[in-house]
Amino acid sequence: MTPSASPESVIAVDGIPLKTKLARALMVRRLRALGLTMPLLAFLFAAFIIPVLVFLWQGVHDDTYARYMSHSTPVLEAWDGASEPTEAMYEALQKDLVQARKDKTIGKVATRVNRELPGGRSLLTSTARRAARLEAPYKKALIDLKPAWGRLETWQALRVAAARYTPTYLATSVDLKYSGDGSIRRQDEKRRIHLTLFWRTVEISALVTIFCLLLGYPVAYLLSNLPQRSTNLLLILVLLPFWTSILVRTTAWIAILQGNGVLNDLFVAFGVIGDDSRFSMVYNRTGTLVAMTHILLPFMILPLYAVMRTIPKAYVQAAHSLGANGWVAFWRVYLPQTLPGIGAGVVLVFILATGYYITPALVGGQDGQMISNLIDFHMRRSLNWPLAAAMGFVLLVLVMFLYWLYDRVSGIDRMRLG
Amino acid sequence: MSEVARARSPKRLFALFLAAAAWLAAPGAVAGDLTVVSWGGPYTQSQVEAYHKPWMARTGHRVLSEDYSGGLSEIKSQVLAGNVTWDVVDIEAAEGLLGCDEGLLEEIDPSILPPAPDGTPAEQDFPEGAISPCMIGHIVASMVFAYDRDRLSPGPATIRDFFDLEKFPGRRGMRRSPKAALEMALVADGVPPGRVYEVLATPEGVDRAFARLDGIKEQVVWWEASSHSTQLLADGEVVMSMAYNGRIFDASELEGRSLTIVWDAQVLEIGHWAIVKGAPNRDLALDFIAFASKPENMAVQASWISYAPVRHTASEMIGSHHSNPELDMRPHMPTWPDNLKTVIRQDVEFWADYLDELNERFNAWLVEG
Repeated sequence: MTPSASPESVIAVDGIPLKTKLARALMVRRLRALGLTMPLLAFLFAAFIIPVLVFLWQGVHDDTYARYMSHSTPVLEAWDGASEPTEAMYEALQKDLVQARKDKTIGKVATRVNRELPGGRSLLTSTARRAARLEAPYKKALIDLKPAWGRLETWQALRVAAARYTPTYLATSVDLKYSGDGSIRRQDEKRRIHLTLFWRTVEISALVTIFCLLLGYPVAYLLSNLPQRSTNLLLILVLLPFWTSILVRTTAWIAILQGNGVLNDLFVAFGVIGDDSRFSMVYNRTGTLVAMTHILLPFMILPLYAVMRTIPKAYVQAAHSLGANGWVAFWRVYLPQTLPGIGAGVVLVFILATGYYITPALVGGQDGQMISNLIDFHMRRSLNWPLAAAMGFVLLVLVMFLYWLYDRVSGIDRMRLG
Repeated sequence: MSEVARARSPKRLFALFLAAAAWLAAPGAVAGDLTVVSWGGPYTQSQVEAYHKPWMARTGHRVLSEDYSGGLSEIKSQVLAGNVTWDVVDIEAAEGLLGCDEGLLEEIDPSILPPAPDGTPAEQDFPEGAISPCMIGHIVASMVFAYDRDRLSPGPATIRDFFDLEKFPGRRGMRRSPKAALEMALVADGVPPGRVYEVLATPEGVDRAFARLDGIKEQVVWWEASSHSTQLLADGEVVMSMAYNGRIFDASELEGRSLTIVWDAQVLEIGHWAIVKGAPNRDLALDFIAFASKPENMAVQASWISYAPVRHTASEMIGSHHSNPELDMRPHMPTWPDNLKTVIRQDVEFWADYLDELNERFNAWLVEG
């Protein structure tokens, strides 16, 4: 390469190297683009990303015990979790209990311990009530008061609660149990729930996505091939439910699907089934699948329609003229061109489906519940926010993994929304 | 110290977001308006008639009535964010106890409670356990089961029948919660009502209750919102359902549906008033609770809904339904002697201790197979 061809040496009329001018111009354009997207980015950052991170943080960090039980926390941290608890540990605990009762923080500590040790709440509060009157040696005094203080599990539970950074919630959210001696084992069989629910969430979301694709594809094809006037009318039929509240649509499905509902009444009237053998189509997985497919259908149809509209009819005609029959022309010529729309629709529907909880809660019965219902339960009912955060984190990782997998298999850059 | 401060900062940050969210969503309450939060429907209606209206007329302050569906999440968010908009909350006992422990509720001095008209001091007029540091009990509701007598005749008579699919085939409605379900299952399994919590505190007892529930699991339709229970019965989706007795009373006595309550193994719960920590109108809230705790006002509520007043003297004043002087409310009350024969009185301390544990087990049980 000769030096004269390199951009450094090209000087513009005003004496500035062309490369610098070009970089400046690009910089201005980039800044302008950034300036335009800045409000959205700032909004996303402040209202979405930071809260999500802070909330996820709660899933591994819990200093309730350490904050209010300052004497026993270092002692518990120093303990190996397996040897006989020492008099010093009992003494520190007694001091803390007296203090926590005086500060009225004992309730918070008790709630934290109760998560590790069922019944721990009343053990702590009732011991604290009498702690001030106890005398040394504290080990004997505490065990005499409540025999539970002589058990190793009680102390191991305290040790787990005392750790500021704890894997306990993350472990719980994948059906593992983290014990005070530092070991991680599988959860007791009667308490395993999370993995089942994560798997079910993926399963239901995948089924809903497949149903949406099967139902939505022909509709989108029809939409993109009809004259404009009929298209507009049909499009409104697709969009009308889209604009209706989720609650209304879900409740409507209850009215249609239930035992004495419209559909069963029709079946009975036409003699398809007897009056006493009506189908159970709601309050179970069928209900969840039907209602969610209906609600998410527009998210499949719209990107498909947007992509199909841009496909020139000439390609299929050309295929036919070259001797392809209807099926071959569709499979080898038309379908590949709609793949970007399929990709967009599939990703949209699947990811939306993994987070659904109102619809499964209303029509899901017991086998149509998803992980989001359990997260909702821990947010609103049991107030176990750290566990909810940990489950949310696992769900996020799961969805990101599936997204990555999709990218590897099909390529995100091939996805188009129109 | 700095370490503690640093460790706390993410929580502060989170509280800040909650505050921002709460500020954006804040309703237009004016200073001096008391916000009273309750369960909605005919229940709130009865409180509006018995307490809100007369209290507004007496004090000149407005009461803003809001509905919620129980739990502590809204209260926790408001307190964490330092933006409390609720004053008085009608709360379930176990949640109230936990809320008190977590510092989400104000302490209430029981000396604000007015004595009975005959001079009995308030403490002696309330049943044991109805007054606790952060809560004042006001009403007795009951979880019972009811059936549709058009579809089951003769109908079930005991809790055993509810768990007996051979004698009474058909789907059953149950609340999606271990509360009341486990107690009823144990009584159906032969445990005397008075010993239910003693048995349920042992692992064998829990297994026994779940084994009993296993027997009907396939035929259960689970509901969450209380209104859903009567809806399931009305739609014929179930032949019998667990429900709050007041809901069934409304459906059968006022709307004329063919529903009958089975009082065997009813689970008595006490509803409580509580004040949110840092409530903007704390003094008004105390005044409201004192006013609502007057026996004669409690008796007015009992003419609107079939839940019994907590105070002994108030139960003696129960009369007929406000809309129909012929309709005696007393036999419809969970505390009517005939209904109390095999009563289970909900043990709040038990549920505060074991709710998380049993919820975990219950949720896992629901999911398996």
